[in-house]
Amino acid sequence: MLYRENGQFKTRYVDDAQIFPIRQDRLFIGAVLLIAFVAVPLLGSDYLLRALLVPFLILALAAIGLNVLVGYCGQISLGTGAFMAVGAYAAFNLMVRLPGMPLLIALVLAGLIAALAGMVFGLPSLRIRGLYLAVATLAAQFFSDWVFAHVPWLTNGSSSGSVTAPQLQVFGFVIDSPIRKYLFCLAILSVLALLVKNLVRGRKGREWMATRDMDVAASVIGISPVRAKLSAFAVSSFIVGIAGALWAFVHLGSWEPAAFNIDLSLKLLFMIIIGGLGSVMGSLFGAAFIVLLPIFLNRLLSFLGLQASTSFISHLELMTFGVLIVLFLIAEPHGTAKLWSTAKNKLRLWPFPH
Amino acid sequence: MGFFIETIIAGLMSGVLYALIALGFVLIYKASGVFNFAQGAMVLFAALAMARLQEHMPWPLAFLLAFAIMVVLAWLIERLVLRHLINQEGVTLLMATLGVAYFLEGLGQMVWGDDIYPIDLGMPKQPTIMLQSLIPGGILVSNEDLIAAGSAAALVALLTLFFQKSGVGRALRAVADDHQAAQSIGIPLSRMWVIVWSIAGLVALVTGMIWGSKLGVQFSLSLIALKGLPVVILGGLTSVPGAIVGGLIVGLGEKLAEVYLGPLLGGGIESWFAYLLALLVLLARPQGLFGERIIDRV
Repeated sequence: MLYRENGQFKTRYVDDAQIFPIRQDRLFIGAVLLIAFVAVPLLGSDYLLRALLVPFLILALAAIGLNVLVGYCGQISLGTGAFMAVGAYAAFNLMVRLPGMPLLIALVLAGLIAALAGMVFGLPSLRIRGLYLAVATLAAQFFSDWVFAHVPWLTNGSSSGSVTAPQLQVFGFVIDSPIRKYLFCLAILSVLALLVKNLVRGRKGREWMATRDMDVAASVIGISPVRAKLSAFAVSSFIVGIAGALWAFVHLGSWEPAAFNIDLSLKLLFMIIIGGLGSVMGSLFGAAFIVLLPIFLNRLLSFLGLQASTSFISHLELMTFGVLIVLFLIAEPHGTAKLWSTAKNKLRLWPFPH
Repeated sequence: MGFFIETIIAGLMSGVLYALIALGFVLIYKASGVFNFAQGAMVLFAALAMARLQEHMPWPLAFLLAFAIMVVLAWLIERLVLRHLINQEGVTLLMATLGVAYFLEGLGQMVWGDDIYPIDLGMPKQPTIMLQSLIPGGILVSNEDLIAAGSAAALVALLTLFFQKSGVGRALRAVADDHQAAQSIGIPLSRMWVIVWSIAGLVALVTGMIWGSKLGVQFSLSLIALKGLPVVILGGLTSVPGAIVGGLIVGLGEKLAEVYLGPLLGGGIESWFAYLLALLVLLARPQGLFGERIIDRV
């Protein structure tokens, strides 16, 4: 009854084309943003911010990036970790080699470099697709694992191969406390999520979706598959690269190439399957799910009074992941985002559905 | 000269093992159109079962029991996963096998333990020196590798015979060609899938046994499946000979590159060389060296 669009008349085209056409949605998003920007930093403990929310925000950002490629453009990628690594090391090198480089500009440049790498590894997608492409993107993954471990220039000659983030500073604020890290990531996520949301609603997004649904038909109506696919790779890698830089700088602090291995790539893919392919909201759900699941399992076991070793929990976690992936694919191939939108559609008519 | 030949032989030996993994992929892909990402997890699971069972019984018995477990597993996968995903797109099925892979990795280590376990097949460890008359110093070949390669070749020959000559093999090829046509002439699709997943289980078991007896059974075994992927791509997803030739090419190329290019590039290029090779082949021939021609335009 609360969620109803009766009486909200659209008298201009602008009204019809806006991002959230229903007033309740706008209020809801506003409330979420208000809670996220004001209430959470005020009330959240350091542990909550540092161990849960910051990883969640960064992974959500990476998942949104991956979703552009897999969910919207239908090009499966198993090499997300590689593009995160490119972003992270690019940002690192920019900051270290160019003293006085502002953090935000370094992040954007790192994203652009990652986008370039994404386009290079996206080239095979013009010739091949589906499963073959999945393997081609794996090449990116293994190549980046090796390059960052074996080319000393990229790690600024660090002997152990692990590098440490420089001090982070934005407009004179040093990003050191969990609250500041959280706000920084949240701000970047909000901006980029809005950007993606608008991109996929617009011409570019429709080109991607047309290519995903049937590339031959898309090219018949005048969409260049080359441009659609490469732009999806570029945009996706741009966002993933920024997420990688944040993951390295803000979350890890110091890292080595193994931080961006294939496990991370698969986990991101898993996030968007569970969350929902082709949905920005779904990426957020999926990321939240991945971050919360281990903690939930841990709590559940201790609640049941079982003394479990850490290895037992990690195995249980793997099994739960596996079962959930299969369950979601069978029961709800569009993920939690679909459940969300179904619920909203039901709510519009509730309680008198006829 | 001796060293060069030794490198080639070592490359071919590991190539045979890659071919085995690739075979597991190809078998399932041909019969059910599923790109089985869980092959590596199946190798791990089978090898773990084999290693742990072997602690209590002689290895042939452990082998049979482990195979029985893989058959049950195949049946469960068909029942619980594949049956519900009939007619879905290839990518959906790929992701489903990713789920199966996660599950098997967790289950395998939970049930069988997560240490490093040895598999002892009683193979001779000492190397043989061959061709001493031709090349000064002779060529050092590990007997273990020789037996492994031999049994792998035997398995491949056996499978080829099975596919070409037996009734079930014929039915499997029919299913691979056209699901609907096969079903309409009375081939039970679900039973065929159980059979082919069981065979993939057998291949996984043999792979796991051979690698396990060389390196010990441990979690990293599931990662060798990632080595099998470029092999499959190189040889073509739908071709059994392609898997074998691809495996040999990758094994050989990898060893040669590691030995002769590795020092120039800083070593460790084994991890991605196969992928690079596969990528180059893909750009020229998108269907792989032996794959069926993909007709549709991209």
